[in-house]
Amino acid sequence: MKRIAQDERVPVRLTLNGKPASGTAEPRMLLSDFLRSTLGATGTHVGCEHGVCGCCTVLLDGVAVRSCLTLAVQADSRTVDTVESLAGDGGALNALQAAFKDRHALQCGFCTPGILISFTDFLRREPNPTREQVTEVLGGHLCRCTGYVDIVEAVMDAVKIQAASSENLQAGEPS
Amino acid sequence: MKPRKFDYIRPDSVAEALEVLARYGEDARVLAGGQTLMAMLNLRLVETSVLVDISRVKELEDIRITGGMLEVGAAVTQNRLLAWPELSSRNPLLAKMLPWVGHFQTRNRGTVCGSIAHADPSSEIPLALAMLDGEVVLRSKRGTRTLKAAEFQLGMLTTARQPDELIVAARFSIANGAAAFHEIARRHGDFAIVSVAAWATGQSRMRLGVGGADSRPFIRNIDVNDGAHMRDAVENLVWQLEPYEDMHASPRMRRDLVRNLAPKIIAEALA
Repeated sequence: MKRIAQDERVPVRLTLNGKPASGTAEPRMLLSDFLRSTLGATGTHVGCEHGVCGCCTVLLDGVAVRSCLTLAVQADSRTVDTVESLAGDGGALNALQAAFKDRHALQCGFCTPGILISFTDFLRREPNPTREQVTEVLGGHLCRCTGYVDIVEAVMDAVKIQAASSENLQAGEPS
Repeated sequence: MKPRKFDYIRPDSVAEALEVLARYGEDARVLAGGQTLMAMLNLRLVETSVLVDISRVKELEDIRITGGMLEVGAAVTQNRLLAWPELSSRNPLLAKMLPWVGHFQTRNRGTVCGSIAHADPSSEIPLALAMLDGEVVLRSKRGTRTLKAAEFQLGMLTTARQPDELIVAARFSIANGAAAFHEIARRHGDFAIVSVAAWATGQSRMRLGVGGADSRPFIRNIDVNDGAHMRDAVENLVWQLEPYEDMHASPRMRRDLVRNLAPKIIAEALA
């Protein structure tokens, strides 16, 4: 049994974007604040802090969750991936990020990190989704700039790009 | 906002969790998925001295068939049950209702039993529990008791759980009859203004469940043999509801929504 008193600060060690990371947290510290303030991973944004807006969505052990509804101490010894994990070497955008850029699926960009993370999880489970499924997942996010249409288009583009590149891989062509 | 201070306790077993609840009782809150509780703590609508995190208790992670019922442990998330391969064959009604629970992202963490424990009258899972002759298994150091949905669900956000008890599982009857479900909300995934579930329980018999229009799930069995009789039954049901008023809808609007939605859902289940 793990027990932490309210004023106690305990070490929290986790794997952040593939690398070990650690800091200390008291029980009431939210994972979203721990990532931003303690670990300096400010790509994760904090909007409403009650699970509605979706900006703070991160992958916890590979699954998209609200980091504002998760305590830092709950993430101890687990794996967290944030928007910072998506781009490749030298900041090369991945297919989903590139599609967002091409389709103008972001304006101010505040909600974007959470949306990218949600679809990172969802597209792994459902690589060939319908537009309705994409809209349903996007329903877990608020965006006040785009009107959502371009976001749906971008995700559908990314699906096509990913499908094409996996076919190329199967055919033995360079991807 | 940020939560007020609390002690954090993470038991590794049900026995440890029951020790903690026996000691702290009303001063403790059980945290499973936290998709409601964490939000309420952040908004400071709820305060607690001790937070008991059961999300890593392995004994509570089972989905199984037992005694002719589908039993779901207290740490099972809504998306895990939704992804359970046998769900749509074993329980078509639950399979239809679960996609309406919150959003994809909150279902990843929110638990089936947590929703039952919270007992929001507009929630889908408490309605499913009442529709499917469900049971709630409660354990404490004093022993185990199993309550029927109607015995457990006492009213708005109110259940029969005692402060030293832990909900260890919920059970739903195996129900392979045709089913339909729909709800009206401002945005898919938001709290339902009203919801209606229908389940064919036999030849020309239909069980109708209404959420969001009374302080707890409202269930009636109706005869759907002839259209006129069915319309009377729906109208009768509508006037038995005691709908609440909130920022989204008046009692009159809630009655009207049920009156219009119910025949469509019955037709869908019959089709």
